[in-house]
Amino acid sequence: MKIQERLAQAEDRAKEAFERTLLYIEGVTVSFDGFRALNNLSFAIEPGEMRAIIGPNGAGKTTMMDVVTGKTRPDKGAVIFDKLHDLARLDETEIAELGIGRKFQKPTVFDSHTVYDNLELALKADRRARATLWTRETADERRRIEEILQIIRLTAVQNRLAGGLSHGQKQWLEIGMLLAQDPKLLLVDEPVAGMTDVETQQTAELLKQINREHTVVVVEHDMTFVRELGVKVTCLHEGSVLAEGTIDEVSANERVVEVYLGR
Amino acid sequence: MRFGRACLVALALAFGLALGVANAQAVSLDDAITHFTADDFDETLIGVNEVVASGSSRAETIIGALQNGQLMFSAEKKAVYIQDAAGQLVDAATGQPAGGPPPDDLDSVHLNNRLRGAIDAAMGQLTLLSRDPERRYQAAQAVFKSRAATALPTLEKAIAQETDGRVKVALEQARAAILLTTPGTSEADKLKAIATVRDRGDQDALGLLADIPAHETPVVAKAASDAIAAIQTRLAEWDAVQNLWYGLSLGSVLLLAAIGLAITFGVMGVINMAHGEMVMLGAYVTYVVQEIIRNNAPALFDYSLAIAIPLAFVFAGCVGILIERCIIRFLYGRPLETLLATWGLSLILQQAVRTVFGPNNREVGNPSFMSGAFDLGGITVTYNRLWIICFALAVFVALLGLLRYTRFGLEMRAVTQNRAMAASMGIRTSRVDALTFGLGSAIAGIAGVALSQIDNVSPNLGQSYIIDSFMVVVFGGVGNLWGTFVGSFVLGVANKFLEPFAGAVLGKIAILILIILFIQKRPRGLFALKGRAVEA
Amino acid sequence: MSSHILIRSLDRSATVFLITVAVIAIAVPVLNLAVPQSSDFHIPTYLVALFGKYLCYAILALSIDLIWGYCGILSLGQSAFFALGGYAMGMYLMRQIGTRGVYANPILPDFMVFLNWKELPYSWYGFQHFPYAALMVVLVPGVLAFVFGWLAFRSRVTGVYLSIITQALTYALMLGFFRNNFGFGGNNGLTDFKDILGFNVEAETTRAALFSITCVALMLGLLVCRAVVTSKFGKVLIAIRDAEARVRFLGYRVESYKVLVFTLSACMAGIAGALYVPQIGIINPSEFAPGNSIEAVIWVAVGGRGTLVGAAVGAILANYAKTYFTSGVLAPYWLFMLGGLFIGVTLLLPRGIIGSLHHWTALRRARISAAAEEGVAAPPPEPQPAE
Repeated sequence: MKIQERLAQAEDRAKEAFERTLLYIEGVTVSFDGFRALNNLSFAIEPGEMRAIIGPNGAGKTTMMDVVTGKTRPDKGAVIFDKLHDLARLDETEIAELGIGRKFQKPTVFDSHTVYDNLELALKADRRARATLWTRETADERRRIEEILQIIRLTAVQNRLAGGLSHGQKQWLEIGMLLAQDPKLLLVDEPVAGMTDVETQQTAELLKQINREHTVVVVEHDMTFVRELGVKVTCLHEGSVLAEGTIDEVSANERVVEVYLGR
Repeated sequence: MRFGRACLVALALAFGLALGVANAQAVSLDDAITHFTADDFDETLIGVNEVVASGSSRAETIIGALQNGQLMFSAEKKAVYIQDAAGQLVDAATGQPAGGPPPDDLDSVHLNNRLRGAIDAAMGQLTLLSRDPERRYQAAQAVFKSRAATALPTLEKAIAQETDGRVKVALEQARAAILLTTPGTSEADKLKAIATVRDRGDQDALGLLADIPAHETPVVAKAASDAIAAIQTRLAEWDAVQNLWYGLSLGSVLLLAAIGLAITFGVMGVINMAHGEMVMLGAYVTYVVQEIIRNNAPALFDYSLAIAIPLAFVFAGCVGILIERCIIRFLYGRPLETLLATWGLSLILQQAVRTVFGPNNREVGNPSFMSGAFDLGGITVTYNRLWIICFALAVFVALLGLLRYTRFGLEMRAVTQNRAMAASMGIRTSRVDALTFGLGSAIAGIAGVALSQIDNVSPNLGQSYIIDSFMVVVFGGVGNLWGTFVGSFVLGVANKFLEPFAGAVLGKIAILILIILFIQKRPRGLFALKGRAVEA
Repeated sequence: MSSHILIRSLDRSATVFLITVAVIAIAVPVLNLAVPQSSDFHIPTYLVALFGKYLCYAILALSIDLIWGYCGILSLGQSAFFALGGYAMGMYLMRQIGTRGVYANPILPDFMVFLNWKELPYSWYGFQHFPYAALMVVLVPGVLAFVFGWLAFRSRVTGVYLSIITQALTYALMLGFFRNNFGFGGNNGLTDFKDILGFNVEAETTRAALFSITCVALMLGLLVCRAVVTSKFGKVLIAIRDAEARVRFLGYRVESYKVLVFTLSACMAGIAGALYVPQIGIINPSEFAPGNSIEAVIWVAVGGRGTLVGAAVGAILANYAKTYFTSGVLAPYWLFMLGGLFIGVTLLLPRGIIGSLHHWTALRRARISAAAEEGVAAPPPEPQPAE
């Protein structure tokens, strides 16, 4: 085969791969005062998939999320969402409007609002300031919120202030807010940190349920939880991808064992 | 106006010269001083000129006494005396004590403005030959300004025997000034004179060149206008340098006021609205120290600041620690509440000082090494400003060193970066908090010592610095001492360069607006911290 | 459309407050005008003016609570908006003086004649018309707040940084207004007003009417604020106060919310200033002093931030205390007390008076309902925290 043909083929394959992606991260580098938090990071997420991102502390997992959600601007590289939008140029609000939701490592809910109001705020609706001044809750919205309350098992405490919830409840409320937001892509940062085993398992089920309609990226340390999810795993190390594949493939990878799992 | 009078004086002196120089040798000192007994301004003027022309060694004393109103005369006895400070009379011509009771009609020789001008010029001439080079220099400057043609012969003589380079230049400039303004000088001499004056290059030289009569030859006129242009450029340059100097001076003041804030606000994240009051307390410590020295040991006055600095450091530091222990520590993590509580504190401190020391300005003196000024090229540098710049730099360097090389500095940085971790490493975080806040306040205190030298010491002293200091810290970037350093000097210099265009108040407003716009571009200041630490 | 907003806005404390203010709005003028001076129930005119001043401050406090209590924006420049509103009204009142001034110039106010000005500056055009001046009362602070807020919030200047630059803003304005050539009367400000809409400002009836109008303005202000904070917009504001970044990630444009509420608050402060000036009879640049803004913030803290009613109550109480202490033998100690108030409230009563009351009643109610629940059924199982 001629070189040109092979090049053209490769290009086609790349294009095809790109066409299949929802999130496409290409050569992203971020440095803080000389420290490279992300180093030429590239990977892609397909629509409808659930992906687990693992890696040791300082591997750049949270920074990767920051870049995708617009909190941190990359020094180099491109982050393409849904084949059209370069996220590196947009701010948090615009990115959220495109349909990317995020759950933080530390659960952040609105403490002085009730559980119900938290969901109401997250619910997909006109976000413009003037619109919210005059808007009134519709029956549809009410139904949707009650539905989500069911899913995240917080119906009983819907009128409590979110600040008074337990840690696990806050995690779920935040996931519920993500659901209410109805994004195309959910980024979930350490959803089971500080949860009991039962809660962890419930959360895994919840995420799988969510994955039926949404694309999900989960950053997690807990290998049991990742195994529970049973999805493709990407292992980061020092700001770039170290290994990618099923959990068994990744766990078997020499390098991963060396830097992360330990022998 | 001034020029007009100078002309009159010159004219009067020219007539005096015609009278006096004509029989310069013939006039004895005795004859000359009898003119003073006539009690007539014209006669006195002649007397002044003749005394100068007599060349007597007493001339300077006599004219000096006349200038100070100590020259007395008796019309009856035709005698002239000098009355010394103790009221004793001495004979003007001989300098011997006058025997016997003072004459009944003793009176001082009266002066008018015309005479005073002539006397100044005469003194200028007489001191041109003084032994003291500084006096000769001053005299040359006086002649340059008066352009009294009578001084020309003396001037020539002085130039011939002058050995001091600086004085010689001044003398030559004075001669050039006279040559340029007296009719009958040759064109070549005038051109040479213009060149000399041009080299002088200050406001007076400009005035002189502008006074060159319009009917001069084209060559001279052109040389003069060229020289004016050259001097103006030079003056503009020196103006810029002067502004830069004022700007640096203001910058050093801002640095002193802001550096403590950079610690409490920048490093600890505690917003202390009473910071300005710490500065004020430092200034009052200086006042108290000076008061005690004045009353008990006036000889130590020059050391008052050296004594006040450590005292202010300790006093303000202790007050700071007290504040931290009693108020601030309950408010960590609640910056807005801290702001309000410390504002309340500032009201209390101000009122306390007002109650103790009264609401008026208190007198704080400059020690001798801080008073006075010297000329550097075209600008005047005052010693107190110079010392404050040095002091600000010294404090800054000392603080940097403290943070970098001492155990306390290490602990402080550790607590700032990760409180929980520091605590688990065995650092007593609450102690470090208190000491850090104390350090910030202590530095404000010594800033107060320095500011007492250039500002009014009143209960409101701190108020005038607080907003500026915050601006500096915000502009420079929080949590970065170098940011504060650069911020102070940039704002100081910018302020002084804007002032000539916009006036002091509008300049200040412009700076505030510029900072607000600057925050648009760099919300976290000039030297922002990056990375995860920012969100913490 | 509007009825549901009204119902939503009226909680118990707001209702009680509105009724109280309404009663005062009627009672005070009646006791001042209709009751003979000899009667014990007569309220002297100077007290009417004094209470009117407190009410203006209460509106200012409301405007601060709206942004600080609900959106976490601690503006230390609120007195700038207050003063700008006051100046707009003052300019109208100056133009009304006409030929009754000392120099009897029909166009130029006295201070301009005194400064030898020949023409009215453009900034003074139109102020002889009340509707124009009234528009400016709202517009000038509003536009300034909009521009300033747009610049500041867009760059995400928050927390103490914002406080400091708002303080710098009012400081800069104060310096400007102190200058004669700024065109607003220099350090003497505007004074010697004669009449407003044809009524003599000194007359008792005018003063009583102004007092009632201020009461109405305070009631409207409270209603507007309540309507705002109970709307979804208000919920977003509270969310911004508690976790700004989270709100962004939810897709809300935080800066538009902040700009909108900041502008609204500035307009309210402007109205408060405009009502203040005819009752006090003078406006001068010291109203811009940064200290005034901070003092107003402490009123809100005293009453309870985030309660609205508390802010108004706090303003009235704090100012009553100020009048009481500064007019007696304790005058030299007033600043000690004010300073102590700042420290005491932040350290000991962070919720403020009304806030603490709310908190206690909420606690008691929770205890009662918990006790009741226990009697009926066991609480529903909850996921246990695993810290």
